[in-house]
Amino acid sequence: MTAVPAAATAGTAVPAPGRPAGRPPRTRSRRRRKALLGFLGVLGFGATWELFARSGVVKQEYLPTFTTTVGRLVTELGTTKLWSVVGDTVLTWAIGLALSVSAALVLGTVIGLVPFLRRATHTTVEFLRPIPSVAIIPLAVLLAGLSREAALIVVVYAPFWQVLIQVMYGIADVDTVAQDTARSFGLGRWHRLRHLVLPTALPYVITGFRLAASIALVLTITAELVIGNPGIGLQINLYRSAPDAPGLYALVLVTGLLGLLVNLGTRAIERRVLHWHPSVRREGPQ
Amino acid sequence: MAERSVLLSVQDLKKTYVSATGPVEAIGSITFDVRPGELVCIVGPSGCGKTTLLKCLSGLLAPTAGSVTLDGAPVTEPPRTMAVVFQEYGRSLYPWLTVRDNVALPLRARGVPRAERTTAVERALEEVGLSQVLHKYPWQLSGGMQQRVAIARAVAYQPEILVMDEPFAAVDAQTRADLEDLVRRVWQDLGVTVLFVTHDIDESVYLGERVLVLSSSPTFVQEDLAIDLPAQRDQLSTRALPRFTELRTHVYEQIQRAKRAETAPTP
Repeated sequence: MTAVPAAATAGTAVPAPGRPAGRPPRTRSRRRRKALLGFLGVLGFGATWELFARSGVVKQEYLPTFTTTVGRLVTELGTTKLWSVVGDTVLTWAIGLALSVSAALVLGTVIGLVPFLRRATHTTVEFLRPIPSVAIIPLAVLLAGLSREAALIVVVYAPFWQVLIQVMYGIADVDTVAQDTARSFGLGRWHRLRHLVLPTALPYVITGFRLAASIALVLTITAELVIGNPGIGLQINLYRSAPDAPGLYALVLVTGLLGLLVNLGTRAIERRVLHWHPSVRREGPQ
Repeated sequence: MAERSVLLSVQDLKKTYVSATGPVEAIGSITFDVRPGELVCIVGPSGCGKTTLLKCLSGLLAPTAGSVTLDGAPVTEPPRTMAVVFQEYGRSLYPWLTVRDNVALPLRARGVPRAERTTAVERALEEVGLSQVLHKYPWQLSGGMQQRVAIARAVAYQPEILVMDEPFAAVDAQTRADLEDLVRRVWQDLGVTVLFVTHDIDESVYLGERVLVLSSSPTFVQEDLAIDLPAQRDQLSTRALPRFTELRTHVYEQIQRAKRAETAPTP
């Protein structure tokens, strides 16, 4: 639905000051084409769904039509119940992501800066990282009961490793010439960390953050489904047992839209924070 | 001058790297002095350890033996009165900082108050002819301009000695000529001592008041040559002087001899 303006809105975050006039129009037309294609894609998806649901292969009480679902979604958007459910999910997601990212940032920086710690933690990190968050749900429930806290343990786990690894690699990636420059100009520990090491790690951190934000959302909804703390996941479960298929599918669409928003948001942040990075910047001498 | 006849003193400097195949002697034994206010060029065949020498001089690398003394004090870490301009300007300037912030960073780290910092940065950028790009990022500039920014950063640091490691190796010929003249001007304007490392024979003769010719590895100073060209130099007339040709031919022969003499003679 709103997949369309993704590239367009995010792209305008960084205006390229005073560069050749030939470039922007070309990018703009390309962007418009991309937007059109995205729109056609959504339309195609909706049409296929509609035809499939009407074909009778699956009973409509299990798979309502696309139009029914979208209609239900519009109705739901007008209710406070939907917004409070979305609010619950977003709150759990935000707290989990914040805890996860800040812990990973601090620990990753410390471990990354101290070669001894890096070597000492390597095996443990590689062991703990691949454990799926879902696998620790029983442990979380045991620790915190069927509560938002238990959900948070699950939400924090996987993104934490994602960001931690990125930060550790980023911290270790400081260019040798840049490092020599800092040393020869007498930059102390703090200034080197603030003006050289952290900016070097930033692209890695942002990549980690983008992945973490998506993973955290998936885990938030998973936790609500399994643990039953309030949020979209719990509501989906309630609609399933009602049974209320259009409501269920409308909520699935809501989760999709949330994911899209998260992605848009993190991309916008990326473009803003990394405006100087070769992957984002638009101009240069050549 | 009388009380400080030597600013930088390098005594019997030796550097041996440990590699998988055994020790590699990069620098055999280098000895030379630089007087305050001199402009000395160091030239040598490729692979003779120029960069290693420079890293030892600037306190970035510990020599295996021998000593480096700056202003009477042994150099064990990067000295406050020395500024270095690296060859790889693209990596030496920080892409996340604007031109102004790049130049100001060493002053900030040293705790220079903001107002003073601003003046120093603006003056340094003016000195290298770049006052109009204060708020641009280094990667928005051409290679030559980026190296000017790096020179401005070194100038703003107000060093007694400016050490340059093949700074113009990566820029085109015309830009290079402009930058050479810039180095001469900065040297004359500021009265700073300059140690300029290069592999380019013409450049060393054109720029230097004195040229140190290094041998092949394991390196020693093969010749210490005074350049008796007029103080006011320009790309056309200086390079056309018969004396310039003589000097460059002489240095060229020395380098050729250095390359041939793979079995190291004693200095």
